[in-house]
Amino acid sequence: MRQLTPYLQKPLVVVGGALSFGWLLIAILAPLIAPYDPLLTLQPLAKPLTQGANGEFFLLGTDMLGRDIFSRLIWGARTVVIYATLATMTAYAFGLIFGLIAGYAGGRTDAVLSFLANVVLSFPVLVLYIVIIVTIGASPVNIVIAVTFSSAPAIFRIVRAITIDVASRDFVRAAITQGESTGRILFVDILPNTTGPLAVDFCLRLGYTAITIGTLGFLGLGLPPPTPDWGGMVNEGRAMAIAFPHLVIFPCIAISSLTLGLSLLADGLREVNEAKERQA
Amino acid sequence: MSEPLLHIRDLSVALPKGADRPFAVKGVTLDVNPAEILCIVGESGSGKSVLTATLMGAAPKGLSVAGGEAVMGGRNLLTLTERQWRQIRGKDIGMIFQEPMASLNPALTVAQQIEEVFELHADLPKAERAARARKLVEEMHLPEPDRILQSWPHQLSGGQCQRVVIAMALAMSPKLLIADEPTTALDVTTQAQVLKLIRELRDSHGHGIIFITHDLGVVADIADRIAVMRHGEVVEIGTAEQVLKHPQHDYTRALIAAVPSLVPHDRPAPGAAEPALDVTGLNHSYGAKQVLHDIQIAVAPGRVVSIVGESGSGKSTIAKNLIRLIDPDSGRIAVAGEDILGLKGSALRGMRRKIQMIFQDPFGSLNPRRRVGPMIARAAVLSGASRAEAAGRARELLELVGLDRSAWNRRPAAFSGGQRQRIGIARALAMRPDVLIADESVSALDVSVQAQVLDLLADLQKRLSLAVVFITHDLRVAAQISDEIVVLSKGHVVERGPASEVLTRPQHPYTRDLIAAAPGRDAF
Repeated sequence: MRQLTPYLQKPLVVVGGALSFGWLLIAILAPLIAPYDPLLTLQPLAKPLTQGANGEFFLLGTDMLGRDIFSRLIWGARTVVIYATLATMTAYAFGLIFGLIAGYAGGRTDAVLSFLANVVLSFPVLVLYIVIIVTIGASPVNIVIAVTFSSAPAIFRIVRAITIDVASRDFVRAAITQGESTGRILFVDILPNTTGPLAVDFCLRLGYTAITIGTLGFLGLGLPPPTPDWGGMVNEGRAMAIAFPHLVIFPCIAISSLTLGLSLLADGLREVNEAKERQA
Repeated sequence: MSEPLLHIRDLSVALPKGADRPFAVKGVTLDVNPAEILCIVGESGSGKSVLTATLMGAAPKGLSVAGGEAVMGGRNLLTLTERQWRQIRGKDIGMIFQEPMASLNPALTVAQQIEEVFELHADLPKAERAARARKLVEEMHLPEPDRILQSWPHQLSGGQCQRVVIAMALAMSPKLLIADEPTTALDVTTQAQVLKLIRELRDSHGHGIIFITHDLGVVADIADRIAVMRHGEVVEIGTAEQVLKHPQHDYTRALIAAVPSLVPHDRPAPGAAEPALDVTGLNHSYGAKQVLHDIQIAVAPGRVVSIVGESGSGKSTIAKNLIRLIDPDSGRIAVAGEDILGLKGSALRGMRRKIQMIFQDPFGSLNPRRRVGPMIARAAVLSGASRAEAAGRARELLELVGLDRSAWNRRPAAFSGGQRQRIGIARALAMRPDVLIADESVSALDVSVQAQVLDLLADLQKRLSLAVVFITHDLRVAAQISDEIVVLSKGHVVERGPASEVLTRPQHPYTRDLIAAAPGRDAF
């Protein structure tokens, strides 16, 4: 708990954390909070804060198929939180392992891995997503694969750079001279010393991934309907957005508030880390 | 006595809330006279650097002057605005920093940097600026002044850079010169030359000089008066003679007592034991440049062999070869009779137990994320001990190196430099090595702590009958701990022999230069 204190004293961390964890909580508690079934047709195109014919109350209105937008947003949070987190974590798993290896081994291993990473990085991300999703089809797993493939190289480069720095310190030499195995040097000696900057990047990347999933949904490459999906909701409401702005405004607010929360959290973490480093 | 140049009265600088003490500098009163070198001596954390930074109007962020005054030429320096400071810095007060390379702009030639000072403070025609710059460079006794003027900092040695920095500080003939550890980053022979230069400047130009250092040897060579600082306060101030010969304060006495003597202890003659470490014909190159030439070193169990040399002599390259971080071009390194150079994979990992290293930097050599007890126990496990044995051994070792039981669960950040070095020693010993390599292991420590760590090493080495290779640039340290000394210059062993022989009757001219350059040779 004492280690958390410097973080909790930062307004950035508190606000960012509240937004991000708020959405996490909503995602977890979706069945309890959502007033209606997100797939159930109630009354088409009801405005926000209106009463339905059967006494329903539509906080954020309904869409053209008569589904309650508030309930869909809550259930959509689940989709984003689960798949964004999952995708970011798998990207991290690959980026970490290869980054540690390349940074520590150096030489030819590093040259080959870095070259491969740079090839992937040389494609515009969105093009890459579209090509992958179009090729392997839109499904939750494929979204995770697409995000992993396109983000892992960037994570690889960050981890590689930090590893090169940490590996040059004397405590790593000490571990070598003790006959410690390479695996343990990588994961016990080096990895824990990279977590500060990586935690910041993780938050930012989680936000980007949420946007990505939204974008894929908007392009019609996200989760197949009728799964509630924020990007998909914007896409579906786009045509009638002028007459019924509530169709797109609320999903947009949802996406940006989650991303904003994660960005603020990342900034706050970075500030605390920098303060810690200055002290040391 | 003439009017003091700088008159500091009751100066206090407050630390931010939550620091380990309320004041970085507390109630300091002292004068600096013209044509005088005032040495401010203190260990790390004594507040000496904060004091001088404050005098330059550049107190570190978060620190604020809490009281007192510093009067120079009728003006209180502490109340000046940043604008007024810019007029004074470089013109009335010159400053020399510790890292000569870092104080020069790498993108400008020496001539440009010196002339820039004139551009800022004096309205001189271009030809006059160039002429003055050249004159300054000559005064610094820099060889080939014209070549130096056209050089970039990276083309110069550390000593040459420091002289350029001094030239810049002196460009406007400031009355007061503040030098913060100006020779700490230099080799002893270079240091001796720079100290000589600073003495000359005092005599010829009448500068008042505040010289900050942690090295009492340097103090003895250069000081007219000495102020001893501890925990932000001046505990003693007086003439060099008074303070060094008749110290009044206990702390001053302790500091002086901790300065290692250049006179080696009497050591028993070596027995006929097989060497624990036997290095023969070691050659090493970095690219086309050969940095080690045919090195021979043999260390018997229970003996300490010091490798002494200046930067670039190749002493750290020897250490890296010994622990197989890098491999030599040719040669043989035998530990307990077994050649370790051919070993690979698990055979190599098995061998590593026998030859352990204590590193120079106590802050970089311990993993900041691991707790001390498990860190030491892990080393024991790697040497083949069971978990229970390892934990027991780690506890014993913590006690042996003089650390409290509560150290077990703490991380390195909770310890001071000296304590961390003890942890490093415990970690190395946990593997029960035959050979211990200490690469500048006490160089980063304050002198009082250095003495304690040296005593600890000497004691453990005898008790455990370790063969120790002690690498150092400091002859005093070598004199205290070595049975034998090997003098290394430019990758060649130029002299070797029992410590008493080498230090009292040096044969090679280089060894003689080194000994002659040792600061404070006559005082301690």
